[in-house]
Amino acid sequence: MEIPYTVSNRPDTGLWNAKIGIWLFLASEVMLFGGLFSAYIFLRIDSPAGLWPHGLLNVPVGTMNTAILIASSVTVVLAWAALKMRKYNAYWWWMLVTILCGITFLAVKLAYEWPQKFEHFGAFIKPSALEKYEPYLGNHHLEEKGLPQRMEITGHLHNHEALHDPNIKEYEIALDPVNADPANPAMDRPHFFYVPPTDKIAKIDKADVERAGMFTPDHSTYFATYFTITGLHGLHVLGGVLVFLYMWLPVSKKVYQRNPEHLANRVEVSGLFWHFVDLVWIFVFPLFYLL
Amino acid sequence: MNNPPDVSPDPTEHEEYAHNVAAHRNRYLIVGGILLFATGLTVALSYVDFGSRKLNIAVAMIVATFKVGLVAAIFMHLAAEKRLIYRVLLFTGLFVFALFWLTFLAWYDPVSR
Repeated sequence: MEIPYTVSNRPDTGLWNAKIGIWLFLASEVMLFGGLFSAYIFLRIDSPAGLWPHGLLNVPVGTMNTAILIASSVTVVLAWAALKMRKYNAYWWWMLVTILCGITFLAVKLAYEWPQKFEHFGAFIKPSALEKYEPYLGNHHLEEKGLPQRMEITGHLHNHEALHDPNIKEYEIALDPVNADPANPAMDRPHFFYVPPTDKIAKIDKADVERAGMFTPDHSTYFATYFTITGLHGLHVLGGVLVFLYMWLPVSKKVYQRNPEHLANRVEVSGLFWHFVDLVWIFVFPLFYLL
Repeated sequence: MNNPPDVSPDPTEHEEYAHNVAAHRNRYLIVGGILLFATGLTVALSYVDFGSRKLNIAVAMIVATFKVGLVAAIFMHLAAEKRLIYRVLLFTGLFVFALFWLTFLAWYDPVSR
């Protein structure tokens, strides 16, 4: 059976069907991500001072991933333009670059950024015990400067068994630079480059800790929203890569040989989806990495 | 084939059409360059203290909105699209506005505040 209006415009809508279809789908996607972003705003605005973390994500890596996604948006539109000019070889190469960009983005996220977070630890100190841990928090210094106080001590957990064993009464943490030298003015604002934890070890009584855990979604509202939004975004990147892969494989060359405009239209609608994924990331990057 | 291509099979006409696409190609590269520059700008501005975090957030969101506008207008061809698509997006915009307005309304929730 021949599917109508894959290339020519439908008289009543003035558009070929997939074009109107993808825009209706993107409208629903706007609502999906819109819901998550409004939840993020709601949670962040109501977050007490000092409890919304800053500088926990790797900014250069995030910037690189943003650049990769933007570059892939350019290459996919160039792939489409190549098809419009009936240059299949050029299309093939641009599409390959787009696919590689998508895979690189995902690889950086799943093999580097997320695992690095899962290995990091943070303990929120009870308000009554903040004074006891002042050498690691530097709140006197922050108060003098009118900056929000620190409630959390972060770093690499040495005794992982402390997470589950109630008989172990304290956490041993190799401190992050911000907690190793908290009164240093250089620590008032997050660093651009990632600085690994220091050799300085702190012992924190479990009795003084409100809650503690690795940097997983249950660690804090910040990481819950971060993993939810970047996870859903990552699934979209994966979906886009799979569709592009199908259009890059020889099976799609047959579509091109039958009617090149049909393949160009397929690339156009999947490209629209890809630009939307890029567009979501343009908001995700500053909200989570920079602000 | 039931669906004739919207590009004329006439070689001379297609050559003119391809020439137009080629002109657009340069525009895509320039927009890509602007987007990369704006990404660097967002990162740089986030390390500038504008006096309050709210102001820093506002500046970053203005740059992000500019970038999103470029992607939508040029890469997604919304600068010149069919009327029906604008209509779909108009309704999407209204619903998104309502969604964010609900978040705003939460500030006036008499139960929790």
